[in-house]
Amino acid sequence: MSEHDARAVDLTPDRGNLVANASVDPGQLSYRQLVWRRFRRSKLALIGGTVLMVFYGMALFAEFFAPYDANRDNARLRYVPPQTIHFRGPDGFSWPPFVYGLTQTRDPETRELIFTQDISRRYPVRLLHRGDPYRLWGIFPCDLHLIGSDGPMYLLGTDRMGRDLLSRILYGGRISLTVGLVGVLLSVLLGSILGTISGYWGGVVDLLMQRLIELLSAFPAIPLWMALAAALPPHWTGIQVYFGITVILSLLGWGGLARQVRGKVLAMREQDFVLAARAAGAGHWYILTRHLLPTAYSHIIVVATLAIPGMILGETALSFLGLGIRPPLTSWGVLLEEAQRVTVVLHYPWLLLPAVPVVLVVIGYNFVGDALRDAADPYST
Amino acid sequence: MHDDLLLEVEDLRKHFPIRHGLLRRVVGQVRAVDGVSFTLRRRETLGIVGESGCGKTTVGRCLLRLIEPTQGHVWLHTDAGPVDLTTLSASQLKRLRPRMQMVFQDPQSSLNPRMTVGDILAEPLVVNRVCRGRRALQERVCALLEAVGLRASDARRYPHAFSGGQRQRIGIARALALHPDLVVADEPVSALDVSVQAQILNLLTDLRAKFGLAYIFIAHDLGVVAHISDRVAVMYLGKIVEIGATHTLFATPRHPYTEALLSAVPVADPYVQRARQRIRLGGDVPSPASPPSGCRFHPRCRYARPICAQEEPVLRAVGPDHSVACHLADELALQGMQGSEPAACEESAP
Repeated sequence: MSEHDARAVDLTPDRGNLVANASVDPGQLSYRQLVWRRFRRSKLALIGGTVLMVFYGMALFAEFFAPYDANRDNARLRYVPPQTIHFRGPDGFSWPPFVYGLTQTRDPETRELIFTQDISRRYPVRLLHRGDPYRLWGIFPCDLHLIGSDGPMYLLGTDRMGRDLLSRILYGGRISLTVGLVGVLLSVLLGSILGTISGYWGGVVDLLMQRLIELLSAFPAIPLWMALAAALPPHWTGIQVYFGITVILSLLGWGGLARQVRGKVLAMREQDFVLAARAAGAGHWYILTRHLLPTAYSHIIVVATLAIPGMILGETALSFLGLGIRPPLTSWGVLLEEAQRVTVVLHYPWLLLPAVPVVLVVIGYNFVGDALRDAADPYST
Repeated sequence: MHDDLLLEVEDLRKHFPIRHGLLRRVVGQVRAVDGVSFTLRRRETLGIVGESGCGKTTVGRCLLRLIEPTQGHVWLHTDAGPVDLTTLSASQLKRLRPRMQMVFQDPQSSLNPRMTVGDILAEPLVVNRVCRGRRALQERVCALLEAVGLRASDARRYPHAFSGGQRQRIGIARALALHPDLVVADEPVSALDVSVQAQILNLLTDLRAKFGLAYIFIAHDLGVVAHISDRVAVMYLGKIVEIGATHTLFATPRHPYTEALLSAVPVADPYVQRARQRIRLGGDVPSPASPPSGCRFHPRCRYARPICAQEEPVLRAVGPDHSVACHLADELALQGMQGSEPAACEESAP
């Protein structure tokens, strides 16, 4: 059969890799492998994926990467501007690198406290420094930090209570990066189950489901958030409140995904391979789990990937309005809330730095999501 | 021979409701299949031909109850006597599913791209719990692949690695997995290249002999149908207008629609081809939601008379194993395909 071999080469999406993996029969590549082949062709997606992995890795080991405890304050070191690590002193190259000490002076005109570098004092910056003690993931007692110094070392400055902004951003990432996942996971579960039911059975079930989704999507979001934030029990801790809000948000937000899954299932239900399974005597459950859900699966992952940055931005927006996470918990939204006033932005611009990781993570998710969407259908073209 | 009946179809109808408006009220019916009756013997091939939208595919799907028929009976003759498929419950039907299988038109969409060919072929066996154990399953799958001319090692590959013709072979292997008596082949070669069409037709013919299959072969290409069928039914707008043995029907058609269809089949002899009269049908197929009165073909029929618009002709026997639904069947002398068998696969299908 000569068509065999000619065909196998023809359908391989990337010829460049074919040479490298000449021993692999491209016909035996599974759907997942084909998607991965296409996905990794997108440079942006690989960059985005790397950025995300770095951020999640840092959030996972925030205690280790942060030079200080996120809540360690220092009344004498408020609003310290970002310090730089110096590799060259007046006497040439120096190892270990160091930071200069700080002296506090008062501006003669504005009577404002300002910090200046005290060149006479130097504090060496060390890798794997033993600093503030902590319990990693609340279990393992440890005091090792990636970098640290015996003197004040605030690489991104401090806030109005003298807390290290870098440490707070790293700790805050923990909440900001994960609450989005929880919310999206919940709405994906709801959306895919209800969307599949709606698309597969059709009829009255479908009709009711669609009207319900329309009703939900017609609610104005911000007043609803505010009402819900007010309605949650007052004795709940900040984190409980926030999880409560994400749960309610995802209960209201599954509609869009449910619609997309329904459309996918509706189209798939009439595919010949589903008819073939029915002709073979397969039941509803078999067809749903073996044929329909796996086909809608890729689509669900893409939608979820693109929905997570929305949830992260939602958290930031809610906390910025004072409705989401509340201090003493730390999230990127909480940090940005402190930068609300114009005077702060004017005098202490480094307090806006928490916006940088928000932007990077959101862009990272979008790059990954876009590439996934393009790769999700490897059989086209 | 008549004791050897496999399938009897009696007045099969499928009307799809047309729904409209907010309350989805039924405002009309599309009469996709409107009173179709025929019989099929074991090891026999019945071709069903007709234009797009005449209801051939719906007939095929109603037979297997992939679509629920609105009315009518489908008697499947089993060892325990005839069973009316239309009245069976879901679980009773499931037990009879292995007796009748389907081959689909589009080899692209009839194979799930996420499953290996081995999994696709194993599906009917697993669903019906035919094979116990991985080994037995694998052996059966390999045997199936070899029966349709593929290699056993192809079981590990995915559908995307196969050509259209090879995929259709996989679809046929899947239909054979349960050793059915009846295979409904819904335009199995229309999506294929002409050269591959011949291979698939020959494969179907070989398998019919090897496994003792009966086919209902749905197609719009008369050449293909003539090649493989013992008997042919011509459908127009949800009804059978003529049915008979292939040779008789092609040589002496009794319905003007059959005549028109036959005149469109090219003959692979330029002298004969030029001498033949080509009948062009005017207009389009009327909507099955509002079929014409009387004979459904009368608005396009060049022999139409007043009676044709008033009275609906019934299917009546005009010869041994030859029935036609036309008022004028006894008066008209219609042109068939004299002597020359239509060239089965050489001509191109649209």
